[in-house]
Amino acid sequence: MIKTDKKFYWQLFKSTFIVSMFTVGGGYVIIPLLKAKYVDEYHWITDEETLNMVAIAQSTPGIMAVNTAIMLGYRMAGVAGALTGMLATVLPPLIVITIVATFYDLVASNEYVQLVLKGMQCGATALLLNVAIDLLKKQFSKKLILPIVIILGTFVANLFFGVNIMLLVAIDGIIGFFLLRDKKYE
Amino acid sequence: MIYWLLFFEFAKISLVCVGGGYASMPLIQAAVVDTYHWLSLSEFIDIFTISQMTPGPIGINAATFAGMKIAGLLGAVCATAGFVTPSIFLCIALAKIIFKYGDLGAIHGILNGLRPAVMALIAAACVSFVLLAVWNAEKMPKDLLGTFDAKGAVILIAALIAVRMKIGVIKVLLASGVAGLILGLVI
Repeated sequence: MIKTDKKFYWQLFKSTFIVSMFTVGGGYVIIPLLKAKYVDEYHWITDEETLNMVAIAQSTPGIMAVNTAIMLGYRMAGVAGALTGMLATVLPPLIVITIVATFYDLVASNEYVQLVLKGMQCGATALLLNVAIDLLKKQFSKKLILPIVIILGTFVANLFFGVNIMLLVAIDGIIGFFLLRDKKYE
Repeated sequence: MIYWLLFFEFAKISLVCVGGGYASMPLIQAAVVDTYHWLSLSEFIDIFTISQMTPGPIGINAATFAGMKIAGLLGAVCATAGFVTPSIFLCIALAKIIFKYGDLGAIHGILNGLRPAVMALIAAACVSFVLLAVWNAEKMPKDLLGTFDAKGAVILIAALIAVRMKIGVIKVLLASGVAGLILGLVI
């Protein structure tokens, strides 16, 4: 067990804050950087424990980067560690986005900014399409019938019949609870 | 009250959001655009775009931005707090259960059902994004040719080819923005 004094919490907060501040992208980018700090630099936790925690964090609902910070913090220093890690992950985007959003409101009505934003919307659409293509390709290549039925059913129900998303997700979770426990569905 | 509602809605989203930042997008869209009409689809896509280019997890960025636009700084704090509060309880509970019992068949089952659901929702979000990018419409337009925006289509296809070729996200978004400005001024 590591020494959890004031200095430890400050270092945990500082290192996590810096990682979150300077990583653009999602969980897959932040996780290796957190590992570099916690495992390689400070030796707070072992490589293997980190991998276990990341695996759990990935399959827990919520934001993967935040989940990972909570899990690792908890493993290292209990609930106080979990809260420290969580705050340090969340505060940088909270501060940055608050500033960006204020700025956005000031410039968004400018006609040149509108043209740039419209172009970027097309680019962002391409990014989301790219993610959808990758996810669906991977899932369909597994050739498992039930998940494909869920995908098609949910897609049609949401897009063409406007069924409430929370209801759809709840139904699919229940289907999974009864029918998708096998390892092959992971 | 708007702050409670933001906290509660984002907590709900976080509970069913499995599989990384993109998974939260269609869920946030459903709440802030379709159900409560706090933001237009166009504003929402701007949030999505900007969230990709600023540091931090995309889901948190989007929640903060949406909260800020809807109800100012306190809105941003409430939306973000709502988004992470369930995670604290879930992660700690799961960590405890897994160390005690080793495996979680039932929970894996639920997650295995949520994952394809989220894929379907991302695909459905793609449809509404494409409609806005290429037809400037939030719903399927009756006249597909009349409102067709060739500039949007060109940028979208070029950007899709670029990301499929593994060109970085920020480069693609910046280039799309520049292309939008140039095409908009020239044509």
